[in-house]
Amino acid sequence: MLTLFVDYTIAKVTIGAVLLGIISGVLGSFAVLRQQSLLGDTLSHAALPGVCIGFIIAGTREMASLMAGALATGILAALAVLVITRRSRLKTDAALGITLSVSFAIGVVLLTYIQGTGNASQGGLDSFLFGQAAAILRHDLWIMAGITFAALALVTALWKEFKLVVFDPSFAAAMGLPVVALETLLTVMIALAVIVGLQMVGVVLMASMVIAPATAARQWHERLGPMVVSAAAIGVTAGVVGALISAQGQGLATGPLIVLCAAVLVAISLLFAPRRGLVEEAVERWRGRRQLEDRQVLSTLYGLARRHQDPRFSAERGFVDAYYGVRTRKALEALHAQGLVDRFRAEPDEAEYWELTEAGVEEAERLLADIKGRRA
Amino acid sequence: MADALHEPQLALHVEDLTVSYQNKPVLWDIDLDLPPGVMAAVVGPNGAGKTSLIKAILELIPSLAGHVRILGKPYRQQRGRVGYVPQRSAVDWEFPTTALDVVTMGLYGRLGWLRRPGRREREEAMQALEQVAMADFAHRQISQLSGGQQQRVFLARALVQQAEVYFLDEPMAGVDATTERAIVNILGELRDAGKTIIVVHHDLQTVRTYFDWLVLLNVGVVAQGPVSEVYTAANLRRAYGGQVALLEGNGMPADKPTPPDPQRDQTGDVF
Repeated sequence: MLTLFVDYTIAKVTIGAVLLGIISGVLGSFAVLRQQSLLGDTLSHAALPGVCIGFIIAGTREMASLMAGALATGILAALAVLVITRRSRLKTDAALGITLSVSFAIGVVLLTYIQGTGNASQGGLDSFLFGQAAAILRHDLWIMAGITFAALALVTALWKEFKLVVFDPSFAAAMGLPVVALETLLTVMIALAVIVGLQMVGVVLMASMVIAPATAARQWHERLGPMVVSAAAIGVTAGVVGALISAQGQGLATGPLIVLCAAVLVAISLLFAPRRGLVEEAVERWRGRRQLEDRQVLSTLYGLARRHQDPRFSAERGFVDAYYGVRTRKALEALHAQGLVDRFRAEPDEAEYWELTEAGVEEAERLLADIKGRRA
Repeated sequence: MADALHEPQLALHVEDLTVSYQNKPVLWDIDLDLPPGVMAAVVGPNGAGKTSLIKAILELIPSLAGHVRILGKPYRQQRGRVGYVPQRSAVDWEFPTTALDVVTMGLYGRLGWLRRPGRREREEAMQALEQVAMADFAHRQISQLSGGQQQRVFLARALVQQAEVYFLDEPMAGVDATTERAIVNILGELRDAGKTIIVVHHDLQTVRTYFDWLVLLNVGVVAQGPVSEVYTAANLRRAYGGQVALLEGNGMPADKPTPPDPQRDQTGDVF
C-alpha cells in the first residue's frame, strides 16, 4: 500500500519534471539567445504576487486561478520593464532588477497578509517560494501539459519567424514581420514556462531552469534546431534525476535538487564541450606551446645545418641542449614522431646524434618563409 | 486614388522626411530623388543621420514628417522589391546558425507564414553564396567567419531577395581589401543590370571610383546628384564643416567641376 503511494507520487513528480524540462529548455533557448536570461528571473519573482492574488480571489488553493494570477502579474512585470526602458534612461538590467525586487516584495507582503488572516486552506502557499513537487495533483499536471504542448506547437509553427526575430530584428522588420508582436509572444511564453515550473522549483529558483539547460545546450551545438532539442533533453534529464534523488526518501527538497542537477550539466558542458569547452581550449593551448618548442628546435637544427653547409649535418644532443639551456629530448622525440628528424648513435662514445630528414628540411624552410612573410 | 503612383520614374523619392530622437532632430527636411540604375553613396560626418535615413526609409524607426516612395509606391507595398543589408554589428554573430542558413533568411519574406525553406530555397541560397565566393563556408558557424566573410554572407542574403532597390548600411566598414573589391564588383554588376544601389559609405577617398551618384548628408541634404557634379571641395566643406581639416590634401578635389565662383573660393580659403 505504501509503495503504491510512493510510486504514484514519484510518477507525478517525474511527469511534472519532464514537462518543466521541455518547456523551460525550449523557451529558455530563445530567452538566452535574446540575451534576456534575467527576464526569466524577473517573470518568476513577479509570479508570486499573482499567485497570492489568485488565492485571495478564488479563496482556495485552486491551481487554475493561481496560475492565471501568476501569468497576469508576470505579463504586467514584463510590460513594466518595457515601459521603464523605453521611457526612462535606465538600462534593461536596472529595469529588470527593480521590477524583480518590487514584485517579489509585493508578493511576500501579500503572502504574510494571507497567513495573517488564518485561512485554513492557505496551507502550503509558501511552497511556491521553493516549490513542493510532491504536492502536485493529477489535475495540475494536465494544466502543465496543456501549456507545454501549446508552447511547443507555437514554436514549431513560427520557427523561422522566431529565429529571424531573435537573430536580426531589424532585417525581420524590414521584411514586414510584426517584430513587436512576435517578441511579445516569446515573452508571454517564457512567463508560461515559469508558471509550469512554479510548483516544481518555486519562484526563487525558476530562473535557473530557464537559463541553465539553454546555456548547456549552446555549448554542444552550432545550430538553433539541435540546440533547442538538446536544451529540452538537458532540462528533462535535470528534472528527472533531481526528482528521483529526492524520492530516495530523505526528505530533500525536489526543486533545489533539480536546479543543482541542471547546474552540474552546465558545468560539464562548459568544461567538456568540443570546440567551446574550457578543457579543449586548455589542451589546444598546451599543444600549441609544445608545438612552438618543437618548431624552435627544428629551426635550430636547420640553422646548424646551414652553417655547416651540410643539409644532413647531424648534431649531438648535448649541443642542442646547451644552446637552449634546457633538455630538448622531448621536443626531439616529438619531431621524430612526426618524421622530421632522425636519430642515430655514433661510435666511439655512443652519443646521441640528430639530423633533419627530407621532410624536416622542407618544414623548416616553410616555417622560416612563413615568419619572413609575416614580418613583411 | 491611394494606389496612384507618385513619382514612378524615380527609384527612390523622399520628401520632407524628418526624424528626431528625444527632441533632437537627426534628419531634417530631407528631399531626395534617385533615378533607377544608379549606384549611390550616402556620405556625411559622424552623426549626420546616414543610418537613420535608411532606417526611416524602411520604416524601422518612426518619422515625424514627410513621405517616401520607392518605385512610385510606399515602402509597405514594395517590400518584395527592396533588399536590405544592415550594419554587420547589428547582430550577434555568436548566434547558433550557419552561413547558408543566414542567407536563406532572405527568402523568408517570399515564403510567408508557416512554410519552411526547402530544397529550392537552399539551392538559391547556395547560388548567392557562390556569387560572393563563400560557397566553401556554407556550413560554417557564423562566428567562425572573419569580418569580411560575415559581410559577404549579409550581402548574399540581400542578393537572394532578388530586389530592384538595395539599401546597404556600411558594407565596407572593417572588411579586408579582397572583400571590399568583391562587394564593389557585385554591386556594380547589379547596377549594370538596372538595379538601384544605395550605400552608406564612410570613405571619401573611394567615392569617385566606386559610385556614380552622391548624396552628401548632414542632418539635411547638403548636395545630391551625379558624383562628377556633387563631389566638390565646396560641397564637402559644407557637409563636413570643421572636420574639413582632416580631409585637406587627402584626395580633396579641386573646385574645378563647379563654375568659377570667386566669392566661394574666398570663403574656402578662410577655412
